[in-house]
Amino acid sequence: MNDSLMKRLVLGAGAPVAAVAFAVGLSSIVLLLSGSNPFSAYGDMIENASRLETFVDILNEATPLYISAVAAAIGFRMNLFNIGVEGQYLLAAFFAAAAGGYFAGLPPVLHVSLILIVAMFVGAFWAGLAGALKVTRGINEVISTIMLNFIAVGGIIAWLIREWADDTGATNSGTTPIDESGQMPSLNGIVEIFTREISKGRELTSVLLIAIIVGVAYHLFINRTRVGFDFRASGFNPLAARAGGVPPKRMVMYAMLISGACAGLVGMAEVLTERYKYDQSFIQGLGFNGIAVALLGRNNPAGIAIGALLFGFLNQSSGILQITGSATPEIVEIMKGIIVLSAVIAYEAVSRIKERDEAKSAAEATERQAPAEPEEVLA
Amino acid sequence: MTAAIELIGITKRFPGVIANDNVNLTVQRGEIHAICGENGAGKSTLMKMLYGMQSPDEGRMLIDGEEVRLSSPSDAIERGIGMVHQHFMLADQLTVLENVILGSEPTKGMGRIDFKAARSHFAEVGESYGLTIDPDDLVETLEVGERQRVEIIKVLFRGAQILILDEPTAVLVPQEVEELFRNMRDLKENGATILFIDHKLQEVLEIADSITVLRQGKTIATVDPKDVTAGDLAELMVGSELPTPETTDSTVTDEVALFVDGVTVLDDDDRPVVDDVSLSIRRGEIVGIAGVEGNGQHELVSAIIGTMDPKAGTVSLNGDDIAHWSVRERREAGVAYVPQDRHVEGLLLNAPLWENAALGHQTEAPYSKGIWIDRPGSRGKTETIRKSYDVRTPNVDVSAHALSGGNQQKLILGREITSDPKLLIASHPTRGIDVGAQAAVWDHLRRARADGLATLLISADRDELIGLSDTIVVMFHGKLVATLDPADVTPRVLGAYMTGAVLDDKAAS
Repeated sequence: MNDSLMKRLVLGAGAPVAAVAFAVGLSSIVLLLSGSNPFSAYGDMIENASRLETFVDILNEATPLYISAVAAAIGFRMNLFNIGVEGQYLLAAFFAAAAGGYFAGLPPVLHVSLILIVAMFVGAFWAGLAGALKVTRGINEVISTIMLNFIAVGGIIAWLIREWADDTGATNSGTTPIDESGQMPSLNGIVEIFTREISKGRELTSVLLIAIIVGVAYHLFINRTRVGFDFRASGFNPLAARAGGVPPKRMVMYAMLISGACAGLVGMAEVLTERYKYDQSFIQGLGFNGIAVALLGRNNPAGIAIGALLFGFLNQSSGILQITGSATPEIVEIMKGIIVLSAVIAYEAVSRIKERDEAKSAAEATERQAPAEPEEVLA
Repeated sequence: MTAAIELIGITKRFPGVIANDNVNLTVQRGEIHAICGENGAGKSTLMKMLYGMQSPDEGRMLIDGEEVRLSSPSDAIERGIGMVHQHFMLADQLTVLENVILGSEPTKGMGRIDFKAARSHFAEVGESYGLTIDPDDLVETLEVGERQRVEIIKVLFRGAQILILDEPTAVLVPQEVEELFRNMRDLKENGATILFIDHKLQEVLEIADSITVLRQGKTIATVDPKDVTAGDLAELMVGSELPTPETTDSTVTDEVALFVDGVTVLDDDDRPVVDDVSLSIRRGEIVGIAGVEGNGQHELVSAIIGTMDPKAGTVSLNGDDIAHWSVRERREAGVAYVPQDRHVEGLLLNAPLWENAALGHQTEAPYSKGIWIDRPGSRGKTETIRKSYDVRTPNVDVSAHALSGGNQQKLILGREITSDPKLLIASHPTRGIDVGAQAAVWDHLRRARADGLATLLISADRDELIGLSDTIVVMFHGKLVATLDPADVTPRVLGAYMTGAVLDDKAAS
């Protein structure tokens, strides 16, 4: 028994450890080939990350990535590839920022809630379009969400941002800035209770709390609720799920709506705690990075958190590598790719080992419980 | 004459299990040799060793009298041994020829594929073994039996003289089985040696020249099919008296549970696959639908459980018209379903057993409470099913794919019967499972019937139909064409009805 527990632990930890070890090894080779010393590069990265301010930066970076990855993961659990998180979060952030700027003078809690609700609603609506197309017309969600990304970013936002611009003459035009009542405070005060003062004007976004709530809600929903079970069943085997009473079309709609609502929250760190408006330099690309993080975290709420932090750490490292000159900052992008790939391979390998193990133990049980001649079978 | 294959004292151990224990097997050149045994008897392990996928811990292996050590399938292929797996490994989008040469393409300079050479070799192989199939057909357009033929040609193309067929008939309908047997005889005549795994005893008796029975990893006996009956074989396999699917006294009541009236289901081309079908099942009654697969049985079942919409007709359960209810509403109303293919509609193979037990009943206690899944409740219930339905598994947290077919089927049967159903639809409930599990399934069906359950049994196994049913209806080309009393119908007559032979006679007279 103890043996099997040990084995489970080793297998459970094995995949991520193997993936990281492999990724570090391969990255070292790439660093060597590009003429850098891997040890000094890693040294610089770790030293940088151990500073409190960098840590705040990492968390700030990981927060929207985490929400984005959860949005993608919700679809993945049902074998739906919502490639449209990108368009959904940008459109949601745009409308939420516009609404937040428009309704000035609301009470603080109400103002923030309004912005969040608009964001979730717009995200859900945009993803729901792809869901509706799939359910009614059988259009593959990969195609429709990619198309909807273009329409959202290149069409609707590009058009309305001019229409609704606060100052049409500005080079970086955007929506009306949100009043203080619609801004969320930073978490610096809370963090500083435990640490020293956070300097250099770094502010820890309070959307981090929303991300944590999203993660917990995702876990409870997918693993503990009946609808979550229906979700997973559809993802595992849609025909068996249907025969088991799970309505397939409704599940697709639910999945897209929930994924979209979640995607709507991705841009909230920018809107509520950073930029307070949507303008032309609003952060892009979180949707696509989220897919990589979801892949890295195996759609698991805790795994995604680790993946998001790892990506945040790597992103922060590119800056320091540039400053110290111990390696080219582009190495970070290569490392991200290597990590995702090695994670995919390592998890696949481990799951095969597990599968074989289970089949073996089930075969043993069959033999053991077989009524006839057990003593001859087990010599 | 040296034997094609000679295995002497082969032993293969896995941790805690001896899969093969001092197995001795001699296969003569040019014979069809069947390996029989229950699931877990060690047939697959033995075949895997012959095909180089695993190596024995002890013992010697002689191919054509020469001792060999096979460490990979390519070693085996080099020795002229080829294997056709139960689950086909073909690329749907490629043609037959492309599939056959895949992996051993003849090339001409610069790595280009020499299709001309491939084609002529393909024709040679087909001709010399009497296998016909159009090399330019897309594999996705082929029937199951034809796909199997492609797999066999693929193996022959690589020069195999000894063919291992792993449960080749499991996926075939009766006509296709006949076709396969014809092919096997042709192969034999042209000098091939065939080793095949099967547990359908009638088939084995029909085709094999020699039969070896394995039980719990050991060779029990090698017999000549002329000297044994199916009963003898089964006894050798299980090691005890064979159970039969006989029901005892009638438990049929006069309360109608299911009433199907004039149900018609159309296929994608608007042709009726189920054509104006009416039937009723009373509490405590088993109604068997006999028919060759593909005559509309699956569509009829789908219309009853709600995964297909009937074009016309009503389906009522205890008086309620459920024809337009959702699947979930029907299942909650007490429609239990054992699907024809466990892996397609029955199980979440990558999910743990307790989640599989909940599937289809996840809205009901003890699997859920309100909006939440009741994990302890589900586990407890699964544990109960495991005990009372003898599902052999180390625990209820292993994934469903780890279990053997028989154990998977017992889990499904347990989950459906213990959900307190009003109607049980059992589609081919004993297909692809071993004799022991088969008997258990029959037992559970009989007990449920005695407890007053109305059961719709769909099967192609004539003995099963005659043994279990209170009434047999025959389905042919989407219609119910005959109602028979199992007490005075023989498997032979039933077979004639199933293939439409009786109808033709009637029409002619």
